[in-house]
Amino acid sequence: MSDDLLIVENLKKHFPIKRGIFSKTVGAVYAVDGISFSIPRGSTLSLVGESGSGKTTAGRSLLRLVEPTSGTITFDGINVCQLDRKDLRALRKRVQIIFQDPFGSLNPRMTVYSVLAEAMKAHGLGDRNSRRARCFELLELVGLPPEAADRYPHEFSGGQRQRIGIARALAVEPDLIVADEPVSALDVSVQAQILNLLKDLQERLGLTYLFIGHDLSVIRHISTTVAVMYLGRIVEIAPVEQLFNNPIHPYTKALLSAVPKNDPERNLQRTVLTGDVPSPIEPPSGCHFHPRCPDAVPDCALVGANLVEYSKGHHVACNRYVPGDTGERTPTQGTGIATNQ
Amino acid sequence: MNNNGAPILQIKNLKTYFKTDQGLAKAVDDVSFDLHAGKTLSVVGESGCGKSVTALSVMGLVPEPPGVKAGGQILFEGRDLLTMPEKELRAIRGNDISMIFQEPMTSMNPVFRVGGQLSAAIRLHRGLNKTDARQEAIRLLDQVGIPAPEQRVDDYPHQLSGGMLQRVMIALALACNPKVLIADEPTTALDVTIQAQILELLRELQAERGMTILLITHDLGVVAENADEVVVMYAGKKVEQAPVAELFKNPRHPYTQGLFASLPSLEKTLERLHVIEGNVPAATQFPDGCRFNNRCPYVQSRCKSDLPPYEAIAGTAHGVACWEHNALAALDPAESGVHSP
Repeated sequence: MSDDLLIVENLKKHFPIKRGIFSKTVGAVYAVDGISFSIPRGSTLSLVGESGSGKTTAGRSLLRLVEPTSGTITFDGINVCQLDRKDLRALRKRVQIIFQDPFGSLNPRMTVYSVLAEAMKAHGLGDRNSRRARCFELLELVGLPPEAADRYPHEFSGGQRQRIGIARALAVEPDLIVADEPVSALDVSVQAQILNLLKDLQERLGLTYLFIGHDLSVIRHISTTVAVMYLGRIVEIAPVEQLFNNPIHPYTKALLSAVPKNDPERNLQRTVLTGDVPSPIEPPSGCHFHPRCPDAVPDCALVGANLVEYSKGHHVACNRYVPGDTGERTPTQGTGIATNQ
Repeated sequence: MNNNGAPILQIKNLKTYFKTDQGLAKAVDDVSFDLHAGKTLSVVGESGCGKSVTALSVMGLVPEPPGVKAGGQILFEGRDLLTMPEKELRAIRGNDISMIFQEPMTSMNPVFRVGGQLSAAIRLHRGLNKTDARQEAIRLLDQVGIPAPEQRVDDYPHQLSGGMLQRVMIALALACNPKVLIADEPTTALDVTIQAQILELLRELQAERGMTILLITHDLGVVAENADEVVVMYAGKKVEQAPVAELFKNPRHPYTQGLFASLPSLEKTLERLHVIEGNVPAATQFPDGCRFNNRCPYVQSRCKSDLPPYEAIAGTAHGVACWEHNALAALDPAESGVHSP
């Protein structure tokens, strides 16, 4: 398993809900509820899901920007959950994050140079001169002119700011980049530029990405492996081609079918899911997806679904999927499902 | 396009400008198109192209100052909305033409119950008494597919999810049986599975009531599945207009072609995305001549000095504003390497 840069096992993050003058814990938001995955070096794993699925919380737990409730995170052999402050800082040099909002994630009072230099300074990299040189190198890497160094964030458009965010992440030469919806706030023509840039950088620098997104066509373009999340759990995980060509879980199918297609002549035939994503405070019993699932049987409300292997690297968490079948749904008695934990 | 009878809404040479510290921003500059009864016309473009300002101009909701009505006409059933006294406009706005906005969360007043906000509109426009208006509010909520409307009517906006609130917004817009519904990015803030529900609802309501819809969006998939006719805007100008199938099969403007080509595909994995170089210019700094000239791969010297007029392509319902469109159409699409249908 030395090929995997990052291994996440049974990661959970529950936010307690406190009420009353004694701040008694009355419940929890089950934001991430036991997810496991691993990312081989140089590849991209995407977490995809709707709002409230826990994808962002999962991404932030990896850097311990939120403290995980339980589970283990192993980064290049290091147990991330047990690091003290000093070692955690060293870890963050190797794991960087790019945020969604290019407007909110840059300090408006700092020039681009100071933004980039601060990242290097924080990790004790270089001296004044070498940092300045490195700054120009980074700007070139992300496709910005050298003049950009002495300008302020407000002078740039959304796409250019996202390039600055990427340059900042690259400043400390990380191995893993967590990209949290990096193109969601951008227009399509600019989105294409940033996606190409991320792919180029991965090739040139051998980066590993954890990509968080909700736009399935973007996910298809950027990923090696895709994990579909629903209410804090992974419902299906597979190599990108597998997932898009042969989705097994009813939620994955519905998600794919819900995306409007760029073809006016295609007739509209889709499974429209009824209802909203339930609250992660009181997730539905059994399989979280059962109240909205077109294939649900009564047992789905009683028994949770564990991930089982469908084919190599392709796992699905659905009680109605029986290992060994061809993806055709057959009625099951619901209880006799093998677990992989 | 259905051309029997006069169009229900005609936008003629509309110019809406804004006075800013950086100079005059020509947000909408000489834009014309017609809406035909019972059809959906979609205005598509990236941020800053003027699509939302066009919608707000129709509703008379552009704040003045800084907004300036710089010219043109908006004819609703033959009467010009731009020169109409505010009192008459009020009778049309909400009654005959109504609007749903992008963000359901911020479009409702958080301190009033949704039922109260709905019945206020019903009482104002239709003169019903309090009890009847409440009954009507419940009926409308039921019609837009809100479960248990008798209870939801007493909820505050924060108690409803985004998708449910957008349904309330639609109920609000439909309260007076409008002839024209303006939907400004109605699903942009929603998850894909919820987006599919809302778009389906709009299609059903349109079929039931014969409503005309002006759909403002940036999502070409939404356009493909919902529009009859499409207007493409760039930098305050209409650059292309065509029936939806024609536009997707045979885009003529280099911008439209670039837009299609830069979309990642859900069906296949592409190595690299096509990119439109550069960024959308700021509204105060549009280039001379064709406003797309600084990003256009086919730019000629004439494009930099003279604004191309919008002209119909002979023998088609298709029109485009580009000096070079005839020369481009003669190019083999495979050779030009931009649009691959």
